Amino acid sequence: MTKQFATVVDIAKDIASGKTSAVDVLEQHLSRIAEREGEINAFNLVTTEQARATAQQVDADIKAGKPVGALAGVPVALKDNMCTRGIETTCSSKILEGWKPPYDATVVTRLQQAGAVMVGKTNLDEFAMGSSTENSAFGPTKNPLDTSRVPGGSSGGSAAAVAAGFAAASLGSDTGGSIRQPASLCGLVGVKPTYGLVSRQGIVAFASSLDQVGPFTHTVADAALMMEVIGGHDPLDSTSLPQPMPSLTSVLGQGVKGMRIGRLADMPDGCEPEVLARMDAAYVALQAAGATIVDISLPSLSYCLTAYYLVAPAEASSNLARYDGVRYGMRVETGDLHSMYGATRAAGFGAEVKRRIMLGTYALSAGYFDAYYGKALKVRRLIANNFAAAYEKCDVILTPTSPTVAFPLGDKTSDPLTMYLCDIFTIPTNLAGHAAMSVPFGTGAHNLPVGVQVLAPALGEQTMFRVAAELERAS
Amino acid sequence: MSNASSAPQHRADLPNGWEMVVGLEVHVELDTKTKLFSASPNRFGDEPNTNIDTVTLGLPGALPVLNKHAVELAIRLGLALNCTVQPSTFHRKNYFYQDMPKAYQISQYDQPINVDGFMMLPGDVRIGIERAHLEEDTGKSTHIGGTSGRIHGSDYSLVDFNRAGVPLVEIVSRPDIRNSDQARQYVAELRSILLAVGASDAKMEEGSMRCDVNVSVRKPGAPFGTRCEIKNVNSIRAVGKAIDYEARRQIDVLESGGIIRQETRHWDDGEGRTHTLRTKEDADDYRYFLEPDLVLLDPDQEWIESIRASLPMLPAARRAQLALLTGANKESESVYVIVERGQDDYVSAVAQAGGDAARALVYVQQAFAEEGSSPRVAPKDIATLTQMERDAKITATQAKTILSEMVANGGGDPVAIAAAKGFEALDTSAVEAMVDAAIAQQADAWAKYCAGEEKAMGALVGAIMKASQGKADGKVVTAILQARRAK
Repeated sequence: MTKQFATVVDIAKDIASGKTSAVDVLEQHLSRIAEREGEINAFNLVTTEQARATAQQVDADIKAGKPVGALAGVPVALKDNMCTRGIETTCSSKILEGWKPPYDATVVTRLQQAGAVMVGKTNLDEFAMGSSTENSAFGPTKNPLDTSRVPGGSSGGSAAAVAAGFAAASLGSDTGGSIRQPASLCGLVGVKPTYGLVSRQGIVAFASSLDQVGPFTHTVADAALMMEVIGGHDPLDSTSLPQPMPSLTSVLGQGVKGMRIGRLADMPDGCEPEVLARMDAAYVALQAAGATIVDISLPSLSYCLTAYYLVAPAEASSNLARYDGVRYGMRVETGDLHSMYGATRAAGFGAEVKRRIMLGTYALSAGYFDAYYGKALKVRRLIANNFAAAYEKCDVILTPTSPTVAFPLGDKTSDPLTMYLCDIFTIPTNLAGHAAMSVPFGTGAHNLPVGVQVLAPALGEQTMFRVAAELERAS
Repeated sequence: MSNASSAPQHRADLPNGWEMVVGLEVHVELDTKTKLFSASPNRFGDEPNTNIDTVTLGLPGALPVLNKHAVELAIRLGLALNCTVQPSTFHRKNYFYQDMPKAYQISQYDQPINVDGFMMLPGDVRIGIERAHLEEDTGKSTHIGGTSGRIHGSDYSLVDFNRAGVPLVEIVSRPDIRNSDQARQYVAELRSILLAVGASDAKMEEGSMRCDVNVSVRKPGAPFGTRCEIKNVNSIRAVGKAIDYEARRQIDVLESGGIIRQETRHWDDGEGRTHTLRTKEDADDYRYFLEPDLVLLDPDQEWIESIRASLPMLPAARRAQLALLTGANKESESVYVIVERGQDDYVSAVAQAGGDAARALVYVQQAFAEEGSSPRVAPKDIATLTQMERDAKITATQAKTILSEMVANGGGDPVAIAAAKGFEALDTSAVEAMVDAAIAQQADAWAKYCAGEEKAMGALVGAIMKASQGKADGKVVTAILQARRAK
């Protein structure tokens, strides 16, 4: 945990008790933004004026003795793929530059209702496609812990904003690791909830069957609180689970005694030795806390990356087809409709987005569907079956979040495949629709943070948070 | 089970023993308050782009939420078409068009909600229904400038998204239709069923019911020929004309040694012919895949049964009932017309009030075209009128006059009207005297009539009716004339 910044829990408590004011807290964060944002580029937009108005309202409500929400006065940042009414939402793409949604995403509404103060919209890999936030049309975000390195991606701006103290917490979206991997690279807690636990309404879709919103925080307790605010059924999202949000803040102290922790017997190659050393330390710590370690295997793990790079681009090719210049966003005027489509999309999308649209369109095409998309769906079922078998033997599974610590900017941009390998440990969770989170657990090479990933079955958040809390205590 | 062999009687319509094979794809807009996946009103004729929202416009982040009422109407229709209602899924059909806001249409693909139904047509012809599935409508484009009203060559296009997202059911028949009469009967019967179950207002002129027609030709017993799909068929009459045109076009091509290419053709109603719209090679690859924003649609059996129990009596059953009551053939025009107008309950009320059901059927068909399903004239008054005519207290012509007056005034006592008009049927001896007088006056006509010229009878009858001031019963007059000639 990055100890130099106040936590969500402390900020909320101090504002509610009158020990400090929302305006003061906000100004501290805004001054840090003023100081370092030029160097970090975490934000596409800092919403200073709206944030000040919200903070003043929170203070006025507290002064008037009105009841306030669980996050009253807490500065939060939102990944710029979440719709905010009247506030530019770009997905870090030129094609949406200037677009102001007429509505708020459900998670945005829930944060507002809890009294959170939105400080800005954070940078991302264009349309959330990437693992380093270098694919942004508005320039890369730097890792606040070492600005020669990437913050991870695609939610790199949201991770950097919290790591740099620009916001006490932020929201990201995770389609194949886009919350957990940057959390790991920036030394933060990052949660990818069970598919359907958090509403996707108002989240600009990348791959609808995989996308899920979750928080970045400094502590596990902060993450639990954020989850309780944003999670739970939403009638506006048909894939939203009907269950009420389970309590997470109340289980953090319950420990891991008697819990069975799964360890991958067939660890894939490519992990830095320091990362593997931290994993060993994590097992030791949990064992010391009363858990047992069991070896499990996920035989289909090696196919997941391939399956993901068919399923996600396929859905993306369909989700991104609406950016045609007809109704909103960018339009390149030409003589006729079809050339307008082509010219607009050629100018509006970056190289990685185009690459994935091509991949996905091909995978769904007549004559290729069965060999590509159809086969990828089979792998999805296989990995789900693998997980089901593993969870007969264990309650959670521990893996590294990322095979490496934060890598230098430009290190992987020339070869998409090496970039795709960043997500080898995170992708299976999205394919299965399960829960997973990254918890900082010491440092590796270059004294940079290493994250341990806790994987749990669908709706296994309570167990997952208990393990995460134990790791946090031991780190 | 198809009924390919049961309708050979029209085969003679086509030259050289050719047989046509026709299947219909009918799109109907469901009569819901709101759209299939959003809360915007489903309403025709509003100002352009007023019934829209984030989902309708396909704004980034907007998600579809299925309209339960649309599902209920789809199930009502499915059950009325004898379909099996099954768990179903939605797919995305991907293609670019400016009135398609998401660049994909959400439609049911390999697991539709209704499958394997059928419809019976006159002559016990059974037309299989392959499926009746849910999907969303597109927006509407208007192309300004140019000559054709099409996008090519136009100056600019206007798009109205009011229709985008309106719930549709597409009803796909099996290729069981063998002539254009059956095709027209099928569309008409489908329309009646849609109205009966309240699924749609089924107005072809407003586009709430739209037909695509698949036509191929073959020699009987041969495998199906290559089919062409005809679009823009916007009336029941056009369905018949388009099919007849297209079948003959295909036969001409085949008989002159050509081959039929699978293609989509456009029906030009003004020219009375079809044109190539696009060939199979230009067809879009729709890249169907399961819509990840929606979940399995699995209506529970209890709900389906409660919908089944709430279905009204369907047109076929009502026609059978009316035929039984009136003694008319259940496939007769009058029975079809009365049931289509929803006036069969009225005829039955007339019968219950002691009226003659067969006469009531005729009266209602003739005089109640504008009356709708609840005519203003009291059934008991129509019952009285049928009795007066049956008992020869008035003539058929007088009955018609009285009926017109009752309808015009929204009711009235036929006895009083008859009295006021001085209507009474003349007795037979008085009519016989008038017949004799007419034969004497119109000797020429009488001679021609006796020589077998039936048309000459008109002049005689006319003279008699004039002399009687309409009080002679036309049927009686005719009978007497025939009897005199036979002597």
